[in-house]
Amino acid sequence: MSDLLIIGGHVIDPASGLDQARDILLRDGLIAAVDQPGAFAQIAGTQIAGTQISGPQITGTQVFDAKGLIVAPGLIDLHVHLRDPGQTYKESIVTGTRAAAAGGFTSVVAMPNTLPVNDCPSTLAWMLDPARKPLVRLFAMPAATLGSLGLELTNFEALATGGARGFTDDGKPILDSALMRAALLRAGRLGLPVSQHAEDPRLSNGAVMNAGPMAFRLGLRGYPAEAEASIVERDLQLLRDLVPTEGVHAHLHVQHVSTALALQAIRRAKADGLHVTCEVAPHHFTLTDEAVGHFNTNAKMNPPLRSKDDRQALLQGLADGTVDCLATDHAPHARYEKEIEFERAPNGITGLETALGLALRVLHREHGIPLSRIVELMSTNPARIGKLSQAGTLAPGAWADLTLFDPAHEWTFDASASLSRSRNTPFDGAAMLGKVQATFVAGTRVNPAKLS
Amino acid sequence: MTVEEMPMQEVASILSLADRLDGVPPAVKAGLLAGRKIALLFYESSTRTRTSFELAAKSLGATTTLVSDKSSSIEKGESLKDTGLTLRALGAECIILRHPASGAPFVLERACGLPVLNAGDGMHQHPSQALLDVRTILQRLHLAGRPVEANLLAGCTVAITGDIRHSRVARSNGMLLPRLGAKVLLCGPVELLPEEAASLGQEVEIVRDFESALARAQVVMMLRIQRERLAGLEFDLAAYIDRYQLTQERLARLAPNAVVLHPGPMIRGLEIEDEVADGPQSAIEQQVTNGIALREALLLRALGVEL
Repeated sequence: MSDLLIIGGHVIDPASGLDQARDILLRDGLIAAVDQPGAFAQIAGTQIAGTQISGPQITGTQVFDAKGLIVAPGLIDLHVHLRDPGQTYKESIVTGTRAAAAGGFTSVVAMPNTLPVNDCPSTLAWMLDPARKPLVRLFAMPAATLGSLGLELTNFEALATGGARGFTDDGKPILDSALMRAALLRAGRLGLPVSQHAEDPRLSNGAVMNAGPMAFRLGLRGYPAEAEASIVERDLQLLRDLVPTEGVHAHLHVQHVSTALALQAIRRAKADGLHVTCEVAPHHFTLTDEAVGHFNTNAKMNPPLRSKDDRQALLQGLADGTVDCLATDHAPHARYEKEIEFERAPNGITGLETALGLALRVLHREHGIPLSRIVELMSTNPARIGKLSQAGTLAPGAWADLTLFDPAHEWTFDASASLSRSRNTPFDGAAMLGKVQATFVAGTRVNPAKLS
Repeated sequence: MTVEEMPMQEVASILSLADRLDGVPPAVKAGLLAGRKIALLFYESSTRTRTSFELAAKSLGATTTLVSDKSSSIEKGESLKDTGLTLRALGAECIILRHPASGAPFVLERACGLPVLNAGDGMHQHPSQALLDVRTILQRLHLAGRPVEANLLAGCTVAITGDIRHSRVARSNGMLLPRLGAKVLLCGPVELLPEEAASLGQEVEIVRDFESALARAQVVMMLRIQRERLAGLEFDLAAYIDRYQLTQERLARLAPNAVVLHPGPMIRGLEIEDEVADGPQSAIEQQVTNGIALREALLLRALGVEL
């Protein structure tokens, strides 16, 4: 593999404590060196042999001019639905990772609710086989229970050997407390998280949007905030009890936190030193349940868009560090599946191509969250949670996965130009800030649009 | 689709058109929509609303066709969108939709682009019912013919009692009546009346005690318990009857001059006593009768025909 020099950019790598102008040398798919602007030009031809760098006039295809761009470790999404195997009319590994690359993601973690459910080593191996031709790094969290039925745990050890980044029944919670305890214990011993979809269906029977005045006006049944918080509280208690009884500091990852109530429980548990992490989806910090409007099924997802107060709490948690990372919950659906009665429409929206643009507009510009914190939320921390030790940083030796974006570029998202196979987004025509200019995976620039 | 965004001017013109239609000779009326095609698309059973819309359309000379979920390709899995496109291709110029899913009229309108009249969608809205209720209230309170504006019902208190959680009628009335200046009291136990119901309109108040609501009301609207929408909710009917039934004794003692309304279907002996339903304060049949001219007005408006 050849070398590549990225010059003139502003490097933000919280893991290395960098937030300044730096040049980066990539070699053999890894970060070789990071140094002062122009440093590599000075040493060209001596220490770094064969890089074709000669003097300050750097030319050639192996140099990428990142002037005006933020150079960040590649973005990582711990929560995507690629619908492959089984529902490739919605999305496939190829189209989903194409959308990921366009959105600046260099690694994505696929949820297990495929057909068949990813609950055994053979399905996991099929999914992670390079023959699937993902455009970015593809990882998976297999199911925590067989068929995600919530009855019997899957073979965590074998799945871990096969590359599992954690275990989840995403889409539904592991409701049985004894089973959840066993899951946390086994995953904890493997050093992997149990990623929980926190919802008590006993409190959300027939719910299709957030409980509250808007749901009442629309005549729709609502998910109360308690349905989320009660499962989070229960799981945190299980986590707490495992320390003295089993001596295991298990890792609970709470998916797509949407309520102030659940976030508060997580904040307290973190203060108590429990190993809990959580993610927030861009739609939850951008929109409220008012966005359902006239029964817009592209504003329907689970957990649902919440109240103004919940959104404010999430923004607070994103700013103060309670929230560990952003995750899109990219959930493609075919047009005909969404063009039906609101209460019958499937949950979920696409999100890979709008995550960075929303994070920069809403979090950075509208709420003053620094870019370094956004990189932390979208790369540094998800790498840690997903145990991707060579990702989420630009330190020498790390994977040469980078996202280069123009932080000042204002643009409008056009769903019809999406690279996902589906178009179910509430952000068609929405203002975005920050445009991805290049995505590098293992030192090679990914061109999602050019793919045949 | 919903009374929520219906401009006051529209409400006024519909009510006045309904009043004028009552005076138009049948033969003249029958020419107004002659040759026009109207489809009634009913995914839920209905007596009053369906018959009322159908008779309204026919009295205006329109050709109507009824499609119900039980005897159509809907049973074979045809979507609402495709059903709408099919009706449009068959020449329907307007679709009257009754559907168990809230918001279904929006799906249909977006799909086929035809005017859609909402004949009740899930727990969301029943606009024609709210409009005919206003019409009935105005007649009973001797306000018919007055200009329809924001203070028309100033000083009038309407107590809506019963299963408000599941009621599209309560939502439509709760949104429309306050805009005409009425005070709306919502009354019922918490299982049937969540606190957020008070957000329906400015002058909407929750009163848990039926007798105190009754004592303040000039209009009492009783609602049926919608067993089909209770969705597993545990509910003590006997206690409900005891606390919330509109009995002759309560009416005589607390609201001897109030107008009694019920959108139907009513369950005698549950939310309302026989004597009240059939008594002189009841305007229940008048509501039904008022529905025809009101729906004639809605159809003329939907098809762009002026009187």
